[in-house]
Amino acid sequence: MIEGKILKVSGPLVVAEGMREANMFDVVHVGEQRLIGEIIEMHGDKASIQVYEETAGIGRGDKVVSTGAPLSVELGPGLIRNIYDGIQRPLEAIRLKAGSNITKGIEEPALDREKVWHFETDLKFGDKVAPGDVYGYVQETEVIRHKIMVPANKSGVIVDMRSGDFRVTDAIGKIKLQDGSIEDVKLMQKWPVRISRPYKEKLPPVEPMITGQRSIDALFPIAKGGTACVPGPFGAGKTVVQHQLAKWSDVDIVIYIGCGERGNEMTDVLREFPELTDPRTGKSLMERTVLIANTSDMPVAAREASIYTGITIAEYYRDMGFNVAVIADSTSRWAEALREMSGRLEEMPGEEGYPAYLTSRLAQFYERAGKVVCLGSDQRIGTLSAIGAVSPQGGDISEPVTQATLRIVKVFWGLDASLAYKRHFPAINWLNSYSLYRDKLSDWFSENVSKDWMNLTSRCMKILQIESGLEEIVKLVGMDALSADDRLTMEVARSVREDFLQQFAFDDVDGFTHLDKQYALMCLIFEFEDRSRKAIAKGASIEKLVNLPVRERIGRAKSVPYDKYKDEFEKIKTEIGVELDDLVAEAKEG
Amino acid sequence: MIREYRTIEEVAGPLMLIRQVDGVKYDELGEIELEDGSVRRCRVLEVNGRNVLVQLFESAAGLNLSSSKVRFTGHGVQLPVSSNMLGRVFNGMGEPIDGGAKIIPDKLLDINGTPINPAARYYPSEFIQTGVSTIDGLNTLVRGQKLPIFSGSGLPHADLAAQIARQAKVRNSDSKFAVVFAAVGITFEEADFFISDFKKTGAIDRTVLFINLASDAAIERISTPRMALTAAEYLAFDCNMHVLVILTDITNYAEALREVSAARKEVPGRRGYPGYLYTDLATMYERAGRKMGSEGSITMIPILTMPEDDKTHPIPDLTGYITEGQIILSREMYKKGYMPPVDVLPSLSRLKDKGIGEGKTREDHSGVLNQLFSSYARGKDAKELMVVLGEAALTPMDRLYARFADEFEMKFINQGFYEDRSIEQTLDLGWELLSILPKSEMKRIKPEFVEKYWPKEA
Repeated sequence: MIEGKILKVSGPLVVAEGMREANMFDVVHVGEQRLIGEIIEMHGDKASIQVYEETAGIGRGDKVVSTGAPLSVELGPGLIRNIYDGIQRPLEAIRLKAGSNITKGIEEPALDREKVWHFETDLKFGDKVAPGDVYGYVQETEVIRHKIMVPANKSGVIVDMRSGDFRVTDAIGKIKLQDGSIEDVKLMQKWPVRISRPYKEKLPPVEPMITGQRSIDALFPIAKGGTACVPGPFGAGKTVVQHQLAKWSDVDIVIYIGCGERGNEMTDVLREFPELTDPRTGKSLMERTVLIANTSDMPVAAREASIYTGITIAEYYRDMGFNVAVIADSTSRWAEALREMSGRLEEMPGEEGYPAYLTSRLAQFYERAGKVVCLGSDQRIGTLSAIGAVSPQGGDISEPVTQATLRIVKVFWGLDASLAYKRHFPAINWLNSYSLYRDKLSDWFSENVSKDWMNLTSRCMKILQIESGLEEIVKLVGMDALSADDRLTMEVARSVREDFLQQFAFDDVDGFTHLDKQYALMCLIFEFEDRSRKAIAKGASIEKLVNLPVRERIGRAKSVPYDKYKDEFEKIKTEIGVELDDLVAEAKEG
Repeated sequence: MIREYRTIEEVAGPLMLIRQVDGVKYDELGEIELEDGSVRRCRVLEVNGRNVLVQLFESAAGLNLSSSKVRFTGHGVQLPVSSNMLGRVFNGMGEPIDGGAKIIPDKLLDINGTPINPAARYYPSEFIQTGVSTIDGLNTLVRGQKLPIFSGSGLPHADLAAQIARQAKVRNSDSKFAVVFAAVGITFEEADFFISDFKKTGAIDRTVLFINLASDAAIERISTPRMALTAAEYLAFDCNMHVLVILTDITNYAEALREVSAARKEVPGRRGYPGYLYTDLATMYERAGRKMGSEGSITMIPILTMPEDDKTHPIPDLTGYITEGQIILSREMYKKGYMPPVDVLPSLSRLKDKGIGEGKTREDHSGVLNQLFSSYARGKDAKELMVVLGEAALTPMDRLYARFADEFEMKFINQGFYEDRSIEQTLDLGWELLSILPKSEMKRIKPEFVEKYWPKEA
């Protein structure tokens, strides 16, 4: 055990001497209170340590003890439904132990050591196993069948393995490794957070991650295994978008990382998710969720680690062949934590004081997403999608964190304050957002929703683009100057915005829309447009047309419950025909 | 044994370097005794070998390097707290300045507090009626929320904050209520406005005041809000009271922080403010809330003036990222004479959705709120167009919206600082205004509520 003494304390940075034998990135215990820290620089026998807890009360001469191991997470059954801090300490267990405020130096294992899990296996004496092979299964929650896997660096022959009830640290069997030694097999394994977990092969993502959010699924879809970012000024609704994705995305596991954000938001997830039902499984959403919380009042160094803790847990579930989504809110706070440590290390700053390695660190994080063939002989496929919120200062997306992120991610959902002021939510700006997955996913949509899906979604985008041009004209010369056709275009574009894109997150029906209903909604809007164009050609008055009563019914169509929408939409369609025919007839008489 | 050091090496701005010090801890409180026996306080910013860098809380005037003595107290900056603090006035360092007796402490609390475990928070959801339509109706405040007021120089933020403090109540509840007020570098007149308002309404007996005026040491401002929050935490979580904390003005606080950062020659973030401004502000704002094991709550209303009314300035910007919404004051409304001059569209309360609706305010609240917002936004657009092209260029519908926007500003926003409207009055007023528009435009409200609440023709 390597032990050194503290020389310098400056906020979360501690320098200790006598650490020549320690390794870079070893976890150390600092001071009497055994605060947790990590070595981030070595100079001779001096180690610079970033401490994951508040360092008040630490002084020169206090001892620093290295654990000799890098910062790692515990992986095994019991992760789901839990809420962890940035270095995977279980916050619920800490609350029971230490009360409602987080005191320093608490050590609590991430996985409950007492809880007994039922383990099932088909393996028997003499079976050969390779890295990633499945020893057996534990039903972790009602919906998650947790695979206990052979760790990435081990292979050998089973000496003993049996089904039964075990705690995470109990031996569930024995394995004879290739070097001949015999080792206990446990439900739990560890993995260092800064190293990505290995897989066999990466595949291009071709399936959409369906979110039930119309502006995302229809206009700017994300693939399972893809990456996306949500930049926006405060108040534009980043967090609501992130929560909606965490709630409704069709993935098996969601890892929600609250990185330097509000405490109440984490509490919201923690209290609300158990009450919500996953539309696909019918079970509580918490049954598939892991929360990582480093709120903005918690120590800043742990913020840097929280992102890695989250994505390592996500990779572990991906390795079981699940579809996993990592949602990080917000990566800007993570970048600021990097900046703060970099400043204290007296490194030469890059843009706006951020360290020069900001881009490469961000790229490393997002590159851990993807669709992969997992280790193990069954060729199972898992995906990991990463979605990061970015909080650009002053809402100005030319700042370094947003720009660095945009160079890496494939989907950009740009939130717009002016839309938010109009209470157009989600405030995703349709003019500057993009998804590079649209083409790759078109086959899937054509096969699984409708051949017309891509046409209709392109039509939505096109009409919105035309609208923005027409708006310029209206601003100069007024609405009256537009032709009847252009006015209709404006009205249909408004309908696309208000009746389709706008979605009220807190409404029971509107919060989530199935793809087929999304498609039907678009059909309805364009049905109105097509019929109207014909009516106008036949002389119908545009003034009367825009005020037809059926338009209110189209406006309310999105809140028709899923089981009734087909009938109702059919009725609206008929109504469109009837009202427009009347209008044409009237025009002819007049 | 407490050791005294006469080894002060440097004093520069608010910083002081002491050599050959042993056994001092990071963030420890120190005391500097001057030759004349007066004592000033300081806090350890960095321990580097045997050198200790401290930040002074008061001015360095008169400090002599060779004759001054420094001793360290073995603990951080603490505030003695007790329920007898109610009705008292303290300076920015927590010492009584009202001529009354010293506080006999029930506890000594570190002013930095500790982070609240997110697993131990309750989600704020109890509606606070402030009697202000633009807040109750559109940006509802709930218990345990932190909702700042973004103001500009010369705008009446103080009147609005005083109005909230005066009128705020949770309906159907008789729990204990207290106000903690921290004046951070504001003028005597502004502080006096609050104090006399509290006196006039009798609220002074349940108020704790921390006063750091513009003439007091700027560095003291770094502690003042933390003193106030420590007192608030004690009252809320130990005495089970519902505490409203008003901090004014955060801009002065951030400037004091910048002064220390600049003196330390740290790499600055935007506009010279330190890169850790976000974290630093968060450790204050996040102390608002409700937590398990206690009946009480801390609701926080920080006030800040935006330099040049610029919302993207780092102080309002970072505040907006931490707090749960913001009430923005508008110079345009103020010039029109509409009080309180709330700029409705960019104002926001993030926690409103769980604090409104049936059983809390009224079933139609959420729909009315959304409808008012979007109709007002459309009305303002129409009015802009009207300025350029004249009224004739508007469609009949847009003309209605423009009229709606005018009436909305005149009746809904403009209520004065002394009118206390109940939530029902606010919502009914909303319906009255919406009835300027045709019923078919009520797309944001459930049809059954439109039927139920649509004003009957007189």
